[in-house]
Amino acid sequence: MKTLMLGNEAVARGLYEAGCAVVSSYPGTPSTEITEAAAKYPEIYAEWAPNEKVGMETAFGASLAGRRSFCGMKHVGLNVAADPLFTIAYTGVNAGMVIGVADDAGMHSSQNEQDSRHYAKAAKLPMLEPADSAEALAFTKAAYELSERFDTPVLLKMCTRVSHSQSVVETGERVEPAPVPYEKKAAKYIMMPGNAIRRHPVVEERLKQLAEYAETCPFNRVEEGSDHKVGIITSSTSYQYVKEVCGDRFPVLKLGMAWPMPEKLIRDFAASVSLLTVVEELDGFIEDHCRALGLSLAGKDVFTPLGEFSQNLVAEKLGLPVPRGTALEETIPARPPVMCAGCPHRGLFYTLNKLKLTVLGDIGCYTLGAVPPLAAIDSTICMGASVSGIHGFLKAAGGEMDGRTVAVIGDSTFMHSGITGLVNIAYNESNATVIILDNSITGMTGHQQNPTTGFNLKGDPCTKIDLETLCKAVGIRRVRVVDPYDLAQCEAAIKEELAAPEASVIISRRPCVLLKYVKTAPPLTVDKDKCVGCKACMKIGCPAISVRDGKAGVDETLCVGCNVCQQLCKFDALRAPGEV
Amino acid sequence: METKNMMIVGVGGQGTLLASKLFGRLLLDQGYDVKVSEVHGMSQRGGSVVTYVRWGDRVCSPVIDKGEADFILSFELLEAARWMEFLRPGGRIITNTQQINPMPVITGAAEYPQALEKRMAEAGVALDAMDALSLAEEAGSSKAVNLVLLGRLSRYFDWPEETWQQAITASVPEKFLELNRKAFHLGRNS
Ligand SMILES: Cc1ncc(C[n+]2csc(CCOP(=O)(O)OP(=O)(O)O)c2C)c(N)n1
Repeated sequence: MKTLMLGNEAVARGLYEAGCAVVSSYPGTPSTEITEAAAKYPEIYAEWAPNEKVGMETAFGASLAGRRSFCGMKHVGLNVAADPLFTIAYTGVNAGMVIGVADDAGMHSSQNEQDSRHYAKAAKLPMLEPADSAEALAFTKAAYELSERFDTPVLLKMCTRVSHSQSVVETGERVEPAPVPYEKKAAKYIMMPGNAIRRHPVVEERLKQLAEYAETCPFNRVEEGSDHKVGIITSSTSYQYVKEVCGDRFPVLKLGMAWPMPEKLIRDFAASVSLLTVVEELDGFIEDHCRALGLSLAGKDVFTPLGEFSQNLVAEKLGLPVPRGTALEETIPARPPVMCAGCPHRGLFYTLNKLKLTVLGDIGCYTLGAVPPLAAIDSTICMGASVSGIHGFLKAAGGEMDGRTVAVIGDSTFMHSGITGLVNIAYNESNATVIILDNSITGMTGHQQNPTTGFNLKGDPCTKIDLETLCKAVGIRRVRVVDPYDLAQCEAAIKEELAAPEASVIISRRPCVLLKYVKTAPPLTVDKDKCVGCKACMKIGCPAISVRDGKAGVDETLCVGCNVCQQLCKFDALRAPGEV
Repeated sequence: METKNMMIVGVGGQGTLLASKLFGRLLLDQGYDVKVSEVHGMSQRGGSVVTYVRWGDRVCSPVIDKGEADFILSFELLEAARWMEFLRPGGRIITNTQQINPMPVITGAAEYPQALEKRMAEAGVALDAMDALSLAEEAGSSKAVNLVLLGRLSRYFDWPEETWQQAITASVPEKFLELNRKAFHLGRNS
């Protein structure tokens, strides 16, 4: 049947059709929908792992037990899972194992723009790189064949435009591969030095065979062109831009296998054209390979390593006509993402700003606490870095910053990689105050369950990890819970914990307002006679409040009656319905 | 057939994704090659959002670039102005006249530009502006702005209303079907 599917849904469909049995992933834009879509197939066991390393090791365990498995993540997730990655490259697999990784050129939703293809090269693993949904489905299925044929995990590289574009796919039937019986094979699966040293040559030999395979792999193909003055090597979404602007004019070598690359195919192609050009987003990965083969070409000297490409960019760089539009002459105010009206993070960040604290931040919806007027975050690096970072910060400051510094981290992020940092705080004794922003969901990536929510990926009730008990077990004696809608309570708790002579955890607890089960209150109204236009209510950056003609106004389509603004009004001008 | 391009723009949370999903489905049913490029993640939180819909015999790029769009369907007035440069000469903007202040305007760091409709028209844009919010409320919910706008858009295509209504039935949960059908109808006949 022909349907429209997101690239991510097509990967999930590929998993289903290939008979994948176990999926364990951690969410991350733009990879998340692969696992959400996989979970809709009853034949697939799918789960959210607490982080990518756990997800990858779980998928490896499933492969070891003889069933086809998958784990999915965003580009930075592969950094977290890099440890198992480099060693399962040595062991190989039992049943097929595929690792999905989605890059985010243009940083639509990411903290950096790293290029995952380097991991394939560094770990000496094959990587497939689809350019649309149909390929996403086909490559996923093929990845399992490759994985089992060459005894290797296979990387499947997606990117924002492939993951989040719908295009036409033709779906097929599921195959149900017989489970591969598990056999104990010490020399293959126990990677201690004596064994690993014998596996390394296997890895090198396998890479040679894969490079051989790449020469005839149907996913690497030459598309003929009429004008051989230019020949373009390209892949992924860049291929689509090239075809969009060049049609069949220039010959194109499309690489569907990002690693290893086919030497002969590339040399023959290069020899058939006058000017070899490599069009690829982010790093000059194909380019470096071509240069190592001694080929001269146009690459990153022309096509930037920064951001996303588009058809106009490719047209301009190739010297082809570029369409133009007309803009209005004035600057249009930006519309950056904002914390939602009623977001429980808001009250807490207001308090941090008011107390003028140094705040080591982390990654999640709450990173928006960095934006004015809240402006209450000093650093954001990667998941977990707030909790580990504050420890080093306080140690280095030698007591100077104690009582003035906090770390903030979300519930999902804390479970992902905040716990180990907290262990360090307890063990090596710094006087840190860590605030866990517990909104009972993984908000940023679109509401995924996590170990603290009490529900699993399929939405069924399951064991709920209790944050208070966990923090105490780790060795933190001072653990308390506050309601971020109650500003006085937040302020008192933060002051007390900062004054305490030992480490502490404050759990700021209230579920995300966008969760279906959360009951919101009716919108507030402004008593225009009482409002003096002092703008105190504007200090929380709520999208529902604005001041016009010297008076505050509440947008009733947005306001959910959280009452945080009301606590800031000294003139009693903000009212809940029914209040006098 | 040359590839046709439509952008759907608005503010995160306004329901632009349903509009593109529905329209994409309709195009597929008509036998076109189709690509729909969406935005997920960070910018969904009240930020400026854009979806690209492209259809034709063979569609390559999933995105639309400056000077290419045949239509821009805008859920908010400022967003229409923001993306105007993506319109091809002779293209058309269909926009909701609703204004939603972005954060820089709320905080007073910037002003919401005045007379945008007039100025876009003066810049040569074929502009079809409508109060989609009121019609959505008339249909039963302010959330149905997306279907009202799709209804208005439908007037620029030759397909009968039935074709659109089929795509609505296939894309919208049963519970909201009546509301959405009505919103579409109001938009189409506005
Ligand atoms: C290693 C890594 N994996 C995944 C992500 C994507 N990501 C960013 S924030 C986040 C979780 C946010 O959830 P939470 O900590 O509960 O905060 P909330 O957004 O709910 O406020 C995820 C999964 C990432 N940035 N880095």
